[in-house]
Amino acid sequence: MSMSMFWLIMGMAIVTYIPRMLPLVTLNANRIPPKLQAILRNVPYAALGALIFPGILTVNEDIWFGIIGGLTAIIIAYFGANLIFVVIGAIIVLSFYSFFI
Amino acid sequence: MATTSVTKPKSEFPRGVVAGIGIAIGYFPAALTFGLLAKSTGLTFLEAVLMSSFVFAGAAQYMALNLIALGTGALEIIFTTFIVNIRHLLMSASVSEKLEHDHPIKKAICAFGITDEVFAVTTTQERKVTTSFVLGVGVIAYGSWVLHSALGFLVGSALPQTIQESMAIALYAMFIALLMPSLKKHRKVVSLAISAAMFNTLFVFFLPSGWSIIAATILSSLLIELVEKKEES
Repeated sequence: MSMSMFWLIMGMAIVTYIPRMLPLVTLNANRIPPKLQAILRNVPYAALGALIFPGILTVNEDIWFGIIGGLTAIIIAYFGANLIFVVIGAIIVLSFYSFFI
Repeated sequence: MATTSVTKPKSEFPRGVVAGIGIAIGYFPAALTFGLLAKSTGLTFLEAVLMSSFVFAGAAQYMALNLIALGTGALEIIFTTFIVNIRHLLMSASVSEKLEHDHPIKKAICAFGITDEVFAVTTTQERKVTTSFVLGVGVIAYGSWVLHSALGFLVGSALPQTIQESMAIALYAMFIALLMPSLKKHRKVVSLAISAAMFNTLFVFFLPSGWSIIAATILSSLLIELVEKKEES
């Protein structure tokens, strides 16, 4: 391996680790102001919305791929199935879809 | 979201590993593709595996491959990586709000594994989590990422295309499964997720995707909090 590639990887590793580590080590949940706590509790659900959409539409060149996979996951998850069944169910339905298309 | 703390049972690490299985499945096609692309970009096996082992950030690694292929300088690649991953500041802050107090060194160790997906699994738990739990989720996710990056480099092209394509839905299916229980219980979660999805759809037109996710998440978290406060009073 070339030295420059080694240093590139180390540089990438450092700038990836710092944003993940700083808030976790420096913030103390008891000392965060209540208003900020309330907003931080909203973050997971808002972030999930943003992480799912519109990215799901571009998992494949065929836009129906994401739509069918997403709807399958919504239906299975709605009936309270375990996360693994939701994931595997969406994969199986899409395998059928791409097999017949 | 319940915030009652419970005494931590000994099985926190294995519980995290089980909670992270969905991530491990979802990382399979993404890591396989990374290994495959790394090979075609001209990285050696060691370089590809080292990048996955030390960086552990899907989007940033794909982007780095693109930039390497274009002949971009190292500093620019590192800066781009930083920009792409700055969203984890927000996610890590949200995890810290959910995490039971523990030694800073333990927190610093499990911080290495806080990807988008580990953040999502951790913060959607009903109760407070421990560092052991977060570490468990991180370890299985990390194992899958590194192992399958290596596999992708070695045999990626041998896998049927349809399987790789169908598995690309896995992480999105997992995100949906994580969102659904709270979605059914709290009206606020519906407004949070939908407004963030809409803001993100709008922002990706003029912002890089990492920034778009940050902007949409912050804006939606703030806005819904303000609206809810108004309705209460």
